[in-house]
Amino acid sequence: MTEVSYVSAVNDALHIAMNLDSSVIFYGLGATDPKEIFGTTAGLAKKFGHSRVFDTPTSENGMTGIGIGAAIGGMRTIMTHQRLDFFLLAMDQLVNSAAKWHYMFGSQVSVPITIRLIIGRGWGQGPTHSQNLQAWFAHVPGLKVVMPTTPADAKGLLLSSIFDPNPVVFLEHRWLHQSVGEVEEGDIRVPIGVAKIVRTGKDVTVVAASYLTVEAIQAAKVLAEEGIDCEVIDLRTISPLDWETIYDSVKKTKRIIVLDSGAQNGSVAGEIIARVAMKQHHILSAAPMRLAMPDVPEPTSFGLTKGFFVRGIDVYKNVMAMFGKPETSKVSALLEPSPHDVPGEWFKGPF
Amino acid sequence: MNSELGYQLLKKMHFIRMVEEEIAERYSQQQMRCPVHLSIGQEGVPAGFSLASKLSDFAVSTHRGHAHYLAKGGDLKAMISEIYGKSTGCSKGKGGSMHLIDLAVRFMGSTAIVGNTIPIGVGLGLSAQLKETKDVSCVFLGDGAIEEGVFFESLNFAAVRKLPVLFICENNFYSVYSPLSVRQPPNRNIAKMIEAFGVKSISAEGNDAYVVYEHLCNAFAEIRDGSGPIFIEFLTYRWREHCGPAFDDELGYRADEEVAFWKAKDPIAKATLALEKVIPNFHSRITSDISKIKREIDLAFEFAEHAPYPAPEEAFKGVFAND
Repeated sequence: MTEVSYVSAVNDALHIAMNLDSSVIFYGLGATDPKEIFGTTAGLAKKFGHSRVFDTPTSENGMTGIGIGAAIGGMRTIMTHQRLDFFLLAMDQLVNSAAKWHYMFGSQVSVPITIRLIIGRGWGQGPTHSQNLQAWFAHVPGLKVVMPTTPADAKGLLLSSIFDPNPVVFLEHRWLHQSVGEVEEGDIRVPIGVAKIVRTGKDVTVVAASYLTVEAIQAAKVLAEEGIDCEVIDLRTISPLDWETIYDSVKKTKRIIVLDSGAQNGSVAGEIIARVAMKQHHILSAAPMRLAMPDVPEPTSFGLTKGFFVRGIDVYKNVMAMFGKPETSKVSALLEPSPHDVPGEWFKGPF
Repeated sequence: MNSELGYQLLKKMHFIRMVEEEIAERYSQQQMRCPVHLSIGQEGVPAGFSLASKLSDFAVSTHRGHAHYLAKGGDLKAMISEIYGKSTGCSKGKGGSMHLIDLAVRFMGSTAIVGNTIPIGVGLGLSAQLKETKDVSCVFLGDGAIEEGVFFESLNFAAVRKLPVLFICENNFYSVYSPLSVRQPPNRNIAKMIEAFGVKSISAEGNDAYVVYEHLCNAFAEIRDGSGPIFIEFLTYRWREHCGPAFDDELGYRADEEVAFWKAKDPIAKATLALEKVIPNFHSRITSDISKIKREIDLAFEFAEHAPYPAPEEAFKGVFAND
């Protein structure tokens, strides 16, 4: 086990996959440029050559279809977009081709394609550089949607995604890229569709994914000091979702709050609460809660994003309210940092 | 002209037209419960393609894909079964007329959204290049698809990487009811426009299967030699309505003279005229072949009609591979 960053873990997974299987190809706009997609593609072109690792024209929809065609022709395609928002140009190929091909042609051919999309928030990314549209992708039958939180899960889930016979949308939160964690060496895979209980507790189930898991854990620490024992579930995969882990946790805690980095209308959090309410209403001892983004685009201005994001403090306040407890001075540990729009001092923009 | 080759092309055109006519004939029985887009009048291009391509070449197609599927050698019973929604269908009833596939002959799929399979065909070309085969990926498209952004994206990438892709455009002048005049500027030369993208481009008569065949043979040879992509526009004409079995000339969206002009250029009549003088016993031979084709088609329809529907629970299977 070594301690590495999320970026290194992604890079490690790509190297391992390309080394294991010569049919793996990797491309995206900027894949081989000097910035190397935030460092995640470092060394790939040099090691595996420009036939298999390449920069592309600015053609999101076309390149997605080309990746699908290569996949049904026997390759394993990995694509990368530096912002999810640009990938919206490729919805025809994602929804009408990648997601449908296996089903629509009677299970004769599958589409092993992994599409890495970087999501984020803050630092002026604004309305069209910050969207967390995991719910869109999860809405489409035939797509797997993965959003790991830790470097170990980023590596393990990326390897599983690449070697999965189906299309996988792999969402990396920009605010996690510099986070570090223990990662095992070699071809270690984390199964798609399995959530992880990252903190066990008995009083309330807190469901999160990707960067919001970090905020949830911070809130859980403070809530523990308040005498509330949170069980934090990191979904890791949004579709197919690990319902049993959620149901089992709620059986124990009888309370649930779900965090979502996307807009609340039609959110994954909404779906989770709907199913829990329908299936477990008789055991719930409090109304389920959802903390998602408001139904407005993310504004750009530093001033406009103050207090805008879902944070640990919101988890704290809502859980305290759920238990009918007044806030205490312990909340200060969760106050919005200054500056509020970056994941840490290291982040200086513009990207 | 090699008259025997010409005869084989004619036979293929009869086969394709007779399949489509049988679909049209039986469509009102309400047993084929999905939209169909027939290629009657446009048989010259698929017939030429059927003899010019190799089994190992890839092909992808469009909503109007029956003819291309059959030209690539796709199984007739499986196609008719698919249109009938039966378990014996080439897509097991999940796809219908607009989603045909026959992996055994490398017909890799036809889909319903205009332009949708263009990049997929280019991706198949990329796989052929990476695997260092001599296979060509053939992309069937219509004149409407060249108005889609994805066409230019795909063409551009094929040119950048010199991919073994053959774009076969059937220009039938209409996108549903919308004529070229409302979709593209007057006097546009499509082939010239494509040439400007750095892709060798040809415009040719599509209602002469022999001409089609020769153009395609040359293109295949060049691409296998490493030329990179080639685009060929074939001019042709759809006789019946965009979607469905009927003639719709009463709607008046096409001038009577225009329809008459193209019907006079019937690819089957044209080939027949040329061949009846040079093929010995032409009429008795073609009559005999047509009756054989008729039998094959009848058997395929009988097969499809008697085949079972997939069990309703099949609807819930196959969303993912390995599930």
